[in-house]
Amino acid sequence: MSGQAVSLCDVRKNFGATEIIRGVTLNIAQGERHAIIGPNGAGKTTLFNLISGRFPITSGEIALNDTRIDTMPPHQINRMGLSRSFQITSIFHKLTVFENLRCGLLWSMGYRYSFWSPLWRQKALNEKAEFLMEDLNLASRANTPAGLLSYAEQRALEIGMTIAGGASVILLDEPTAGMSNTETDYAMDLIRRVTQGKTLLMVEHDMKVVFDLADTVTVLVYGQVIASGPPVTVRASRAVQEAYLGALEE
Amino acid sequence: MEIILVSLLNGLVYGMLLFMLASGLTLIFSMMGVLNFAHASIYMIGAYLAFEVSRWFGFLPALILAPILCGAIGAAIEIWGLRRVHHNGHIAELLFTFGLVFIVQRGVQMIWGMLPMPYRVPSYLDFPLFTLYGANFPAYRGFMLLISAGMLLAIWLLLKKTRVGLIIQAALTHPNMVSSLGHNVPMVFTGVFAGGCGLAGLAGVIGGNYLTTESSMADAMGPIVFVVVVFGGLGSLAGCFIASIIMGMIQTFAVVFDYTIADMFSPLFKVPEMDTLLGEILTVPMSRIGPLLPYALMILILLVRPRGLLGTRDT
Amino acid sequence: MSDAARSIPMATPRRAGSAMTWLWVLGLVLAIALPWCFYDFAKARHSGFMISMFSQAGMMIIFALSYNMLMGQAGLLSFCHAVFFGFGGYVVIHALTGASNGSFPIPMELMPLAGGLAGLILAIIFGYMATKQRATAFAMITLGIGELMATAALMFQHFFGGEGGITSDRMIDRSLFGLSYAQSIEVYYLIVFWTMVSVIGMYFLTQTPLGRMANACRDNFERAQFVGYDPKIVRFIQFALSGLFAGMGGALYAIAYEIVTFDSMAGPLSANALLMAYIGGTTVFGGPILGAVLITVLQSGVSLLSNSWLVYVGVLFITMVTFVPEGLAGIIMAHGPIRKAGKLGKLAVPYVRILVPGFILVLGFVALVELVSFQTIGAAQGKKLVLFGNPIDIASNIPWAVAIGGLIIGGIWLRFESIVFGRVWDEITAELKRAEART
Repeated sequence: MSGQAVSLCDVRKNFGATEIIRGVTLNIAQGERHAIIGPNGAGKTTLFNLISGRFPITSGEIALNDTRIDTMPPHQINRMGLSRSFQITSIFHKLTVFENLRCGLLWSMGYRYSFWSPLWRQKALNEKAEFLMEDLNLASRANTPAGLLSYAEQRALEIGMTIAGGASVILLDEPTAGMSNTETDYAMDLIRRVTQGKTLLMVEHDMKVVFDLADTVTVLVYGQVIASGPPVTVRASRAVQEAYLGALEE
Repeated sequence: MEIILVSLLNGLVYGMLLFMLASGLTLIFSMMGVLNFAHASIYMIGAYLAFEVSRWFGFLPALILAPILCGAIGAAIEIWGLRRVHHNGHIAELLFTFGLVFIVQRGVQMIWGMLPMPYRVPSYLDFPLFTLYGANFPAYRGFMLLISAGMLLAIWLLLKKTRVGLIIQAALTHPNMVSSLGHNVPMVFTGVFAGGCGLAGLAGVIGGNYLTTESSMADAMGPIVFVVVVFGGLGSLAGCFIASIIMGMIQTFAVVFDYTIADMFSPLFKVPEMDTLLGEILTVPMSRIGPLLPYALMILILLVRPRGLLGTRDT
Repeated sequence: MSDAARSIPMATPRRAGSAMTWLWVLGLVLAIALPWCFYDFAKARHSGFMISMFSQAGMMIIFALSYNMLMGQAGLLSFCHAVFFGFGGYVVIHALTGASNGSFPIPMELMPLAGGLAGLILAIIFGYMATKQRATAFAMITLGIGELMATAALMFQHFFGGEGGITSDRMIDRSLFGLSYAQSIEVYYLIVFWTMVSVIGMYFLTQTPLGRMANACRDNFERAQFVGYDPKIVRFIQFALSGLFAGMGGALYAIAYEIVTFDSMAGPLSANALLMAYIGGTTVFGGPILGAVLITVLQSGVSLLSNSWLVYVGVLFITMVTFVPEGLAGIIMAHGPIRKAGKLGKLAVPYVRILVPGFILVLGFVALVELVSFQTIGAAQGKKLVLFGNPIDIASNIPWAVAIGGLIIGGIWLRFESIVFGRVWDEITAELKRAEART
């Protein structure tokens, strides 16, 4: 099990009496691009929430680079090098685009809770934020409050904030949901670019994105993994076709 | 022993009065998310209106009319005030009611003057109901218990046995779901706000002559009602009831027991007399610490249980 | 109009215009020069009323700004802010006594630091409890803390002096510059200095990682966690620092009045912080300064003339909450883009057109409130309503008719004019948007 970026071992989660995640075991190697697919209500987002520490798990083990993280609060998990995006855009809507990205950078650059270092004098920080902004194609919107951006721009910012801290493991929750075709193509390109050399774990509904970006696919149905492997193998799997893909490719 | 029994009864009377105020506030707070700062102000208006009505028509008409008028005032505040600021969020609504406190406070003084009102217990209720260990228990306190028990029963019946009650109960814990189901939530909101204010008015009617009807009565009652609601927990009328009784008892008993912290240690060792702040803390009698206790208790419970005693939702 | 203003972020633009800098300098010059505008050269002395009003404004600026560190910048609604102000005051009163008898030998000029330290320590203690929670639970805990401390101040004679409060003498004969502080103008300049220091300090804090993360936690505390920050610690430090500045304000209060009573710790003063910050505008750094000055001036002026100060402030507040949630500073900022486009002139006529009925409405309302108030409170005080030297008979129908008429006519007229104004405003902003889209 050692050497894995993320490993889940028999993870379970109950909400009240209902078991949402029913014993998931999953290993994601360093540098892997891993997609989780599955029908609605399969528990994909819940799984993300468990890994990132948003909800506590009921039983099992989650490790990040061989360190157990399942009892840590979200900010600590983040500091250990795991970052996530949200399905429903989660940004600082009253702060400008530039400020949003800068917030994403602060902790990783060691500023902690500093109330003595003036932001305008932090050259390296500001340059990095500018650079990131160029990278996301948001430079022209630098001083626009994030809440006023278009949907696609907000999604790009969301991805930008997720990768800003330089985390080695990136969790993206439906990064292309609600996008048009051109927007999706652009987002895919962006994701490929900014997650170079990192471990990527994503939930995605768009099969085109999944088969294009991922080198491993895991199928989650009713809180259980029913198949896992390279996209071609998974696509060919009988069980998966019955449970999920069949309905789509008909 | 006798002192405990008498205090128990008095605590119950005060606790029930608190519950009458707090139940309305908790209904409003739980359903609409609005922390109605003006709730105690409505209670004060209720007392003044009751005084005015009873002066012309007698106490019984006041008992009915004043709460209705307070309910109408509540409905007006909801329709013309809160609904307008609703889109700016709950904080804006809270601040709106916060502003109302100042206006009501001074408005009452402007209309009725600065002096306490001669609002008294009606003569036909002004007799000792029974005598307990030589102390009289006034009939009016019995009447207050009767009214509040009646109100408790009425609320319970309304919530448990009627369709409206079902919707209100559902909206207590899942406000969004209720509106998704197609219920006219604004109407329910107005109704609940008016109902809550009506209850506050009723508390004003029976509390105004039990305590004193004056322009500082809202300030005296306001914070303690908040404490009750938060202590009991959001979305729980049962918690609110328990908290009311606890607070009523604490306030009554603290007055009775005149011990100090130094007294508590006295069986163990003699606390030396000290002319310092510490000495003062040790020798302050319980009756003076009494007013502090509810706040200390509230802070404690919020630290341990952010949802309050029986709360079902985060505050 | 509200949409345009709401879009203004808390953070100032990265390249703040030099116009802003000049505005701050102008404010400072004004603060230094103002007392001399009311100097009585015939008697060679300062106007005591004015000096005390300006001094009050200074400490209220610190108080309101430190409150906004919580409300505007961190999204925390506190009801116990006066506790830190008052505590700073109490400590400084004791410190003054200690300084004159030699047990606490620090010079007058540094006394505010003692108050600030006191506020900081108390805010660390209470902040530890309160900042574990956010939103309503936070507000409720602070309400409890506020009541707790106000009650405690009445109870413990030794430190707080009970109802009478505690007094001291500021002529401690310890000064870095050999000043005696016998005259209130000397105290005023001490207040100006420390207000300036505090304002700069608090502005600086908004431009630090902590200040920015406080904004971030206000907007979306969950996201803040997923960029590595613990919102509880952000809230805690922000709360403690705001207590520091509030304590400094309280220290100036103690120095100026030489008495501190439990009122300076109690609920109404905490409420005042909220009113000043909100009316001034919580979304702009300087907003609470406007609010503090406005409320102080109105309070000093109106409360001399009228019994009904609380009604006016309540109505003003409710009006702001309902119609102008971004406060005075928000309104002013909304004019920024229009001014840049050189279209401010177009608004002149509509402004006059809403101001006239607005004025009538306010006059009618004030007249009505005063008439009612003179029937009860005024009568009890044995005062008579006098307008421009003419006594007004509140028993006759004419003044009542005039007041109610003004209220109704002004109200209807204002409603009509505000629709016209809204149309003009929308036109101009739409034009600006089109111009922006073209470039």
